[in-house]
Amino acid sequence: MKVLVVDDEKDVQVLFEQRFRREIKNGELLLFFAFSGEEALEYMKANEHEAVLILSDINMPGMSGLELLKHIKEKYEKPPPVVMMITAYGDAENYNQAMNLGADDFLTKPVDFVLLKEKLKATSV
Amino acid sequence: MDERQEQKLKEQIASLEKQLSADATELQQMRRQLEIEAALEKVRVRATAMRISSELAETSAILFQQLNELQIKAIRTGVGIFDDANDAMELWLTSYTDTREVIRILDYVNLHIHPVFENIIPARQKKKPYALTILSGEEVRDYYKNMSTYFTLRKQQVYNATEYFYSFFFPAGTINVVASQPLTDEECTVVTRFALVFGLIYTRFLDLQKTEQAKQSVESALAELKSTQTQLIHSEKMASLGELTAGIAHEIQNPLNFVNNFSEVSGELLDEMKEELVKGNTDIVIALVEDVKKNLQKITHHGKRADGIVKGMLQHSRASSGVKEATDINALCDEYLRLSYHGLRAKDKSFNAIMKTDFDETIEKIHIVPQDIGRVILNLLTNAFYVVNEKKTLRQAQGDTRYEPTVSINTQKVGDKVEIKVADNGNGIPQKVLDKIFQPFFTTKPTGQGTGLGLSLSYDIVIKGHGGMLKVETKEGEGTTFIIILPA
Repeated sequence: MKVLVVDDEKDVQVLFEQRFRREIKNGELLLFFAFSGEEALEYMKANEHEAVLILSDINMPGMSGLELLKHIKEKYEKPPPVVMMITAYGDAENYNQAMNLGADDFLTKPVDFVLLKEKLKATSV
Repeated sequence: MDERQEQKLKEQIASLEKQLSADATELQQMRRQLEIEAALEKVRVRATAMRISSELAETSAILFQQLNELQIKAIRTGVGIFDDANDAMELWLTSYTDTREVIRILDYVNLHIHPVFENIIPARQKKKPYALTILSGEEVRDYYKNMSTYFTLRKQQVYNATEYFYSFFFPAGTINVVASQPLTDEECTVVTRFALVFGLIYTRFLDLQKTEQAKQSVESALAELKSTQTQLIHSEKMASLGELTAGIAHEIQNPLNFVNNFSEVSGELLDEMKEELVKGNTDIVIALVEDVKKNLQKITHHGKRADGIVKGMLQHSRASSGVKEATDINALCDEYLRLSYHGLRAKDKSFNAIMKTDFDETIEKIHIVPQDIGRVILNLLTNAFYVVNEKKTLRQAQGDTRYEPTVSINTQKVGDKVEIKVADNGNGIPQKVLDKIFQPFFTTKPTGQGTGLGLSLSYDIVIKGHGGMLKVETKEGEGTTFIIILPA
């Protein structure tokens, strides 16, 4: 399964690669990284529909995660990729906004990687 | 010499003698006039030099001394100031022994207590130059007995058979002369002139008193203002701290998550390492050691990052040390950009803006008070984010979604100065507002949303605190740029 992780914190890459090192080693998971909403859109344009799942932070400078979500869900005619939102602000307003825009799931920071792994497994099935 | 010649000579001598005597009298009169002028001048000079009202006593002493030197035969002299509302008079008297000393009568003397004072009333009404009361025999004794509640004279007071009580008027009171014989017309004229001069002195005294009172009330108002200002500066700081808190919470959350995650994952790596060691896979073990090492570096990095944020927050809330330290201005700008952005973001979820930075890496550390300049930068950024957000809301309400709210912060070394530019693409500042933006308490924000002190404090910090400049360039409809110029 190909997953695009979107976060403005660069160290997220190292962290995810280590957290999912077994899955990556086994070939179960292929991780790609974008450090802004804009970068994520560029990646998706260049590698159309390669990623089946997008994990995006909400609070990012420039294009926010919610804007990225809106963009993806509106612009993609074919079944759009699964988008999970991750945010430090787990309040109802953020949650409702994400859900209204068509988010498939909503996670709060700090990320529970055990839970995330289960969710990924469920998605890939 | 015949008889006729002798007679003529005698007549000539007599005429000369007469002439001489007339001249001598004239000279004497002139001398007296000069003495009077000199005496009056001395009093005027002292009166002009009077700087505070308490010098009135000293000035009065000089007046009495001069009267004395002019040999005006007074037993006692004094000054009375009318208290019209109470039909009374505030009395000052010279002592018998030393005319330089002025005894102030603490009580106000009621004018109806004795004819000496009562007679002053009609004379004043008729605008006479002076009032005169003559007492003799028992009347003199009765007077002093009557007055003993106000002042005690010498124990063995020798009363004159007759005493003449003169009160020479000036607008606010009288110069009082007590004599054992009537004053000559010339003496009366002299004392009248002294009374006029004293009138001027007294007017000056009243002016000084007013000035002193005004000065006192201005000083207390100033002290009050200063304390209010201190309180306001504090509340302004607390207001901006409140704006920061949410941003700080967000900023701290991220590094903390990394610290927790990297330490957890390092534990997993160590477990894996154990397994591989048992299997004897040295290569994998070495790779894992490298990973753990890298993770420890990450933990340290993010720990320090959180530490720096907390320190920054404490610095901001604490009273400024006022101490200039070598500061990396680019790092300071970057820190406050993140904090203000996340602060606003936390308050308003829909808020978003493009942030642009362009830092001149050739700038070396500059000597500034980091908390103070940090506040200025924070202030300018908060304002910038506020205006672009307002413009975005306005445009969206009009159905226009093309507007991209943008805030940028740039640094640049220009000669021996460092420029920090905070720019927005908001609606700009209209000219009539522009003139007032640095005034304390001026704000365009709705009531309760701004203290109106941000820019005025920023101005003080940059100009007074750092000898720098704070400029603003604005174009209506296009945006505003604030430029902080600091000596490098």
